[in-house]
Parts: sequence; structure tokens; C-alpha cells
Amino acid sequence: MYAFKYTQVGSVDDAVKAAGSADDAKYVAGGMTLLPTMKQRLASPSDLIDLGGVSQIKGIRKDGNNIVIGAMTTHAEVASSPDVRSAIPALASLADGIGDPQVRNRGTIGGSVANADPAADYPAAVVGLGATVHTNKRTIGGDQFFTDMFETALEEGELITAISFPIPSKAAYTKFPNPASRYAIVGVMVAQAADGVRVAVTGAGPKVFRQGDMEAALKSNFTADAIKGVKVSADGLNADIHAGADYRAHLVGVMAGRAVSAC
Amino acid sequence: MNEMLDTGIGAAVRRREDNRFLQGIGNYTDDIVLPGQTHAHIVRSPHAHASIVGIDKAAAEKIEGVVAILTAEDFADYGGLPCGWQVNGKNDEPMKEPKHPILAEGRVRHVGDPVVVVIAETADIARDASEKVSVSYKELPSAILVDDAVGAGAAAVHEEAPGNVCYDWELGDKAVVDAAFKGAAHVARLELVNNRLIPNAMEPRAAIGDFNRGTGDHSLYTTSQNPHVIRLLMGAFVLNIPEHKLRVYAPDVGGGFGSKIYHYAEEAIVTVAAAKLARPVKWVADRSESFISDAHGRDHVTTVELALDKDGNFLGLRETTLANMGAYLSTFAPAVPTYLHGTLLAGNYVTPVIYCNVKAVFTNTVPVDAYRGAGRPEATYLLERIIDIAAHDLKMDPAELRRRNFIKPDQFPYDTPVALTYDIGDYEATLDQAMQASDYAGYAARKAESAKNGKLRGRGLISYIEACGIAPSNVAGALGARAGLYEAATIRVNPTGSVSVLTGSHAHGQGHETTFAQVVSDMLGISYDSVDVIHGDTDKIPFGMGTYGSRSIAVGGAAIVGAVDKIINKGRRIAAHLMEASEADVVFENGEFKVMGTDKQVGFGDVALTAYVPHNYPLETLEPGLEETAFYDPKNFTYPAGCHICEVEIDPETGVVEIASFTAADDFGRIINPMVVEGQVHGGLVQGIGQALLEGCVYDDNGQLLTGSFMDYCMPRADDFPNFVVSTNVTECTHNPLGVKGCGEAGAIGSPPAVVSAICDALSEYGVTHFDMPATPSKVWSLIHGGKKAA
Ligand SMILES: Cc1cc2nc3c(=O)[nH]c(=O)nc-3n(C[C@H](O)[C@H](O)[C@H](O)COP(=O)(O)OP(=O)(O)OC[C@H]3O[C@@H](n4cnc5c(N)ncnc54)[C@H](O)[C@@H]3O)c2cc1C
Repeated sequence: MYAFKYTQVGSVDDAVKAAGSADDAKYVAGGMTLLPTMKQRLASPSDLIDLGGVSQIKGIRKDGNNIVIGAMTTHAEVASSPDVRSAIPALASLADGIGDPQVRNRGTIGGSVANADPAADYPAAVVGLGATVHTNKRTIGGDQFFTDMFETALEEGELITAISFPIPSKAAYTKFPNPASRYAIVGVMVAQAADGVRVAVTGAGPKVFRQGDMEAALKSNFTADAIKGVKVSADGLNADIHAGADYRAHLVGVMAGRAVSAC
Repeated sequence: MNEMLDTGIGAAVRRREDNRFLQGIGNYTDDIVLPGQTHAHIVRSPHAHASIVGIDKAAAEKIEGVVAILTAEDFADYGGLPCGWQVNGKNDEPMKEPKHPILAEGRVRHVGDPVVVVIAETADIARDASEKVSVSYKELPSAILVDDAVGAGAAAVHEEAPGNVCYDWELGDKAVVDAAFKGAAHVARLELVNNRLIPNAMEPRAAIGDFNRGTGDHSLYTTSQNPHVIRLLMGAFVLNIPEHKLRVYAPDVGGGFGSKIYHYAEEAIVTVAAAKLARPVKWVADRSESFISDAHGRDHVTTVELALDKDGNFLGLRETTLANMGAYLSTFAPAVPTYLHGTLLAGNYVTPVIYCNVKAVFTNTVPVDAYRGAGRPEATYLLERIIDIAAHDLKMDPAELRRRNFIKPDQFPYDTPVALTYDIGDYEATLDQAMQASDYAGYAARKAESAKNGKLRGRGLISYIEACGIAPSNVAGALGARAGLYEAATIRVNPTGSVSVLTGSHAHGQGHETTFAQVVSDMLGISYDSVDVIHGDTDKIPFGMGTYGSRSIAVGGAAIVGAVDKIINKGRRIAAHLMEASEADVVFENGEFKVMGTDKQVGFGDVALTAYVPHNYPLETLEPGLEETAFYDPKNFTYPAGCHICEVEIDPETGVVEIASFTAADDFGRIINPMVVEGQVHGGLVQGIGQALLEGCVYDDNGQLLTGSFMDYCMPRADDFPNFVVSTNVTECTHNPLGVKGCGEAGAIGSPPAVVSAICDALSEYGVTHFDMPATPSKVWSLIHGGKKAA
């Protein structure tokens, strides 16, 4: 790890200000992704702005027909939240399947979404449930948020404050984990959301994407059988030593079918 | 077992060492901080094969806190890392043994090859400065896979090894075996790969060099399984330090599995650097570094054939293997695919004739050496796989085919056609025990139940044998070992009757501090708590060969027994004097020396005190003190054997394999501590099933390690496994004093073929009879997807 300056802040404004006045600052949330990257010397920010003391962006609340989760809420908190578990059990179970207990106790939803790892789980929830990402300056629609592998619509220094998830009438997430890393080789969120059926796929491609053919099929008939015949193209899907593109394409169908059955 | 004790031989005493391991208060090499200690960081090759064009240290040297920067030139006075075993090929041609330099000399031969050492006041500065060392390379074509390395036009890893062949070795008479095949009713044939593994002990390797300017003494603290072997190899062959001036200390070591047997460059580096700088130098590998610098395991490409008569009796076995040595010969590497492999090809069976041909091959990869099981897993795997293939070909029940060919109890001692003499065993009884424990008869119902849930169920059954307790020194010597393979122990009875056991065996997770104390307290009839086991420090322990090959209880334990016997004998003489009895009338029972036929007795503690306070003592005929050393050279290998039965359930939609049940029945001879044995079996099974399902080292075409972290190299985790069903069936070893055989590697030896067999069985309707490990979901899915479902 290279040397860096470490700053603790107590509010969103102070965080943004601190980041703005530094050379090359990074927010640190749970540190589960950022710190290993720094230890491997793949990242070398000049400053770390620690969001741990920003209590205003922590916690979970129900706001009308939305579950609003503060950016600094840990995966373990989401997994065990009675509000999440009763309103969107698929989201709680997604959070419960991230990494291991240590990771879930440190890692945050804001950090995960900001990081936009193509194999991360939360992106499937953000897109699959039609969530809205709130930042210090604006709101960004879930469908617009993830732009590429590890790339998001966030601007320099922009800070995620919360994510609000409209409560779907039903939803389920199924994950096919990479046996080594246990990130998603394929993860599929299927939801009967307020704005219609959503099928969001993470892990399979360079970024989370919606499977339009399946959405169309489910719209008229929300059963696993309805998507059995949907052909998932392997074009553009990821291929690595763990899974080729064909296998991933196949798994998208299997995981989606299982998610529909679990709804 | 001593009836007075509930901690004696056979008792499930909890491991005393876990007290410190589980509380994080152990003493590992990295925990040791010496005054004035500096830190080394090693610049390693990013290329599989390249010439070093230049090394520019100037920018790094300017960094504050940098103490020294060393390259190969600084080691010009020293030898290369020696190989401990010489294998001669056909026509007695000696193996090719190119120099393995401490730091690369003008050429790097694998990703991770050490090139430059940066020593600084802190580990961070050393690492920062390393990034400023600029090494320019000219890349060379590389040879990565064994089949490619022996192919026409392959890049030469070492000029002195044409065709990249280290040796071309054979065992058995090819003409005789070929003749047996000619007359066979059936020949089963299989090509297979034994997948390359990366050991990944929990504690990465580390070393600290220290030099005492006052005395001229060198010390090396290191993560080793065999500190005396390191002292011998490094002192005598590499650095020319006389052994009395070199202390090697391996404190708590967090797992080895073979990877910490070998003498590594970093040990020589810190020892030399500490003397140069007159300051301690510490090096600690980070995990990524371990992946590219610890010796890897397995990596065989094999063709095997089994000849049978029409009734399924084995007539002969033929094997040819390409064994990957990596870029240089690691300490034991040449022995692994030869004397630890070819000699095991008889397995548990009567196979009249066997021929084995192994070509060891240099490649531009990390050196490959012994890894839990070492050669024996490879032998067991190919043998058990080909038996399954034969059973399939002949439509015979795999258990029955094995049973028919087993060596029977009345055939022991049994001379195999591959140079070993098995002393004892009862393979059929062990097989029956495993079958019963696995509810063999209830399988059909379980398969039907799985099918109802949309799952494919399969079952695999294997037998294995291994040769442990390496080894009779004269035999090993005749086979090319460059060292003896005895073990040593000192029993030091302290004046007040407590006992220190100094052993040449080394514990790095095995639980010796518990089991060895059980043996000694049992034999002496004293409390377990008054016996301590000391190991790992060449300044304290007698010259011993260390721990590997499941040898510690069979060889190290036997040395302890020998030393305890000497203690008891001397004690009898002291007791005879105290009781004014004839020595011949004194017996030792339950901690008391007694005069037979009388009620006279004197306790062990009194005898010990008398030995050290010899006021009433036969000083004319007997030395004071009560301390004895024994060396034990084994008379034969020991032959643990067993039967493993695996049931798997496969999700045909995803290819995910789940271990539904795993049953092991093992014959380890006499059991000292059943709980420790069970733990060893569990660990071995996890590693073996890990090899079968999860673990596989992958290099790309350019020799870059694609599985260079736990993100991509899949280590087995507890939730990958069901509860194992394990039991033991005992036939006592006939040639060592404890009747023990060893249990450290068995799990890793028997489980891979059991798992693969179960998967093939589950996929039989898709025409699958074999595939190469690991059975990743994507591979299994492809087998199903590409397979043709039988009508
Ligand atoms: C062993 C292990 C296993 C894992 N397994 C999984 C898994 O199965 N599935 C999965 O999805 N993830 C997994 N992860 C990743 C984990 O979920 C991380 O917690 C997450 O990716 C990052 O969250 P964090 O809070 O730790 O963020 P940090 O590491 O602190 O930050 C990550 C990035 O986000 C930025 N950032 C953080 N907070 C904000 C914010 N509020 N606004 C803007 N930018 C911000 C940081 O500057 C940084 O660039 C795993 C991680 C580990 C170490």
C-alpha cells in the first residue's frame, strides 16, 4: 500500500468538500474492495475520505412504497432488516449471499454499487427492481446508473447517499456463484415491479443488463415455463477460465427460470 | 495402553497445541522480531522466459531507508540450490541437473523467478524501492505444458537438457509386460491428466537471517518442515557454512503439505544478506508471491493400460507419464514421479507384471515437487481409474473386480513386481467395512430419490495403498536419495521427573506435541502434563530428517520409543541399586520399578532424582543423569491402505456436483489418538476432493499464472463438504515398535479417484467414462451437454 492522507468526516457536505480539495481522493466505505486493491498497489489515491462517521447516510427506512437504504448500510444490515425482509425478501437474501460474514459486516451497498463490479450482486437489484440512486447532487435512475465494466454515471467526487427500491409485488434473486471467489458468474433478479416485469442479469456480461426477451415473455405469462424457450445469446458475454460465454448464456436461462419459480 | 492413564496410547486427547493456535498466541516466523531487523522484498520475473538485459538499481538505492540491493553477482561465491535425490534414467543415464541459482543469472525461467533483492528499514520501503528497480528483459519463447515442452521445436528451458527432458526413467521389464498384454483377453486403456495444484498453506513462507559478529554464528528462522535438512543442504551445499556455525529454527509453522520441505532461495538470501549487513534480514511472502514461488504439486500427463484375462484377473499394467518438473529441480522433485510413484502401481492388487516409464520434463513454470501424497496420489489415481474403465468395458461390478484381484491376507509378506514388500493388510475387510458404513445396499433407493429431485446420483468406490514412513536409508540410498531417512529423538528426564522429548520430526499442524507426549507418558507411566515435546530448533534437537510422507509417528515415533526404552533400561539399573536387588529381577510397570515377587518398588520420579543427585548411586558402573538419544532407521516402508466410497449428486441443468456422502475406511495400523487421526483424514479428504472438484492451476500460453489468487484458484471451504463417515480397520505394522503406519496423506490419495468415479457413474447415461479433474460446473455441464444420452 502506498502512503495516503486519511480524513474522517461527519457529513455528506464535509465529505464532498474534502474530496474536492484533495488531489486524487477516494471515499472509503467498508473498504472491502478499495483496501485490497490498495494493498496490491493497483490503486493509489492521495486521500481517503472515510464515510464511516457520516451517520445521515446509514440505515434503512420505509418511505411509502419504497425501501430507502442509506449508502453506508452494510450488507449484513440489509440482510437482517425486518423492513427489507418483509417488503423485498429478494433483496435481503441477495445481501445475505454476498461474500462471507466478515465482508457482509463491513461492505456497504453504496460501496458495492459505486464500484460496479460486473460480477457484483447489488447491480442486479438496482436494475432488476428499478431502483433510484440518490447522490449529493441528483437522482439517477437504476437503468442509467451502470455504464460499463467498473464504470457508473457518477461524476468525479459525486457521493451516493441512498438507494431507494420501489417495493415490487414479487421478486426473486438467484445466483450462480463462482466457486473460487463466490461473486456471481450469473445472477438474475426477476421482479414484477411497479413499472412492469424486470429481468436483470449480473455477472454474465461486462455490466448488468436487462433481458428483454424474457421480460416480454413473462409479461403475458409470469411462469418459468414462459421463458424456457427464450434463447439467450452468448454474444458479448464474459468468458474466463471458470465459465465460457455459452455456459453463461445457458446459466442465465436456468437462473432466471429458478428466480421466476421462487417468486 | 497404560491402564493408569486416560491420556495414553489410543486416547482421544485434545490437542494441546490448539490452545495457542486458536487463540492467536503462537510463535510463527513472522512473529519473531529481532533487534535491528531489516526487511527484504524480492523483485521477481514477470516473464516465463527471458534474458536479463540489464538491471538498474540507481533510483532505488537513492530512496531513504534502503539498506542494500542484491543481485546474482552478490551470490557469485555460492552454489545453486541442490537437489536431494538423483534419479538415473534408462541405461543408468544420470538426470540432467541444471544449476538452480539463488538469484537469476542472466536469464529468468518462470514467472516468479527471483531476480533482485531489496533490503530496507521497513517492509514498505523495501517494496516501494523494488518498484524503482528497473530490470530490462528480452523475452524468449517459452515451454509451459509438458506435452508442448517435449514436442518438436519446443523452446529449451535449459541448454543442458535437450528436448527439455530431465530423465527418461523406467521400472519393470517392458518386453515381459508387453508379452503379458499380447495374451490378454482384454486391454483397458486411458489417457489422463493429474491436474497441477498450488499448495497454499495457511501461513505463507517466511525467513529471517541473523548473524552474530561476536561468535560468527549464523541463524536462520524459517517456515520449514525439516530444519536439519535445510541446515545440511544450505550449510554444506549452498553457502559453505559449517553446520556447527549454523542454527536453523522452524518455530510454529502454519501448514506445509510438502511445500515447506524444500530448500528455497529466500532462505539462502536472508542468511547471506544478514552476514553481509551484520543485521537481521526478514522476508515474508505475501499470498500472491506464494502462488508463484512455492513449489506446486502433481502435473502428470499419463497413458495407462491394464491387461486382464476373461475372468477379470489382472495380467499386467503399463504406464507412460510426462511429469512436469517446472523450471528447476526442487529438493525432492525427481523422486516424486519415480520412486514414490512407480513403486505404488501394484496398489492393493496381485498384478504379476508392471512397466512404468516416466519422462521428467523441464518447463517455464514454478518448480513442481511433493505435495500431500507425493507420487502416490498420482499412482492411485491412474490405477483406480483404469480399473473402473476395465470394469466398465467388461461390464463387471467395480467392487467385485477389485475384490477378485486383491492381495489376500495370507499372501503377506507380499512382494510386488515394483520393488516393494507389503508387510500386512486386510483389504477385503476394509472394503467390507467401508461398504457397510456407506449403506452400500441402500444406494438404489437414494439414486431414485435423487432422480425424483431432478438430480443425477453416482457412486465411486476405490481402494488405495500408500508407502509411508520413508524410508530404510540403504534402500533410499540405492534409489538415489542423497541423505539418510532415519529419525532421531532424545528423551531428557529432568531431575524432578518431568520429561522433555526432543524430536527430529517437525509439527506444522499434525499434533505431535500431543500424540508424542501420549506415547511417552504411556510408556513411562507418568502424567501426560509432565511431558513436553520440543522440535524445530537444530540447536536443541538431535539431527533428524523432519516431517513429510506420513513418517512422523512411524519413524519419529519409533525413535522416541527407542530412546524411552533406553531410559527404562537405565532406570532399572538405578532402581536395582536403590532396592538392593538384582537388575534382572526389576521390572517396570505403570511408572514403578518393582522387584519381581516382592512388594518392593520405587517410583520413576525417585529414580530420576537419584540419577541427578547421585548420592546413593552405582557411580563406578553407571553415569549419572537420565537422558538418552536413539536413532531409528525403518526396516521397511509402512503400508496404510483403505477404501473410499463417494456419492455425488449432480444438477444436470448447471453441472454443479455436490458430494452427497463420503465414506473412508482406513487401515493406519495402531492408532495413537483417534481424534487426531480423524482430523488428518478430514484434512486429506478435503484436499483430495478439492483436487477432484475445485482446484486446478492454469497458466496461459505465455506462462502467466491465471489462477494467481484465491479469486481464481478455488480453495476448498468447509461448506463444500458434507460430514465425512470415517472409520479405521487395524492391522498392526509388523516392523516398527508401535505397530503404526501413518495417516497424513491417505485422504488426499484415495479421494480424487473416488470422486471422479462417482461423477462418471452419475454421467454414465451420457456416455462419460472419464474426464480430467477438476470437475468444475462448466466442465460437467459440457460433458452433459456434449454427451449423447443413451437410448
Ligand atoms: C472476500 C470478498 C468476497 C466478496 N464477495 C462478494 C460477492 O459475492 N458479491 C458482491 O457483490 N460483492 C462481493 N464482495 C465485494 C463487497 O460486497 C464489497 O463490500 C463492495 O464491493 C464494496 O463495498 P465497500 O463498502 O467495502 O466499499 P469500499 O471498498 O470502501 O469502496 C469501493 C469503491 O466505492 C467507492 N465508494 C464507496 N462508497 C461510496 C459512496 N457512498 N459514494 C460514492 N462512491 C463510494 C469507493 O471510493 C471505492 O472506489 C466481496 C468482497 C470480498 C473482500
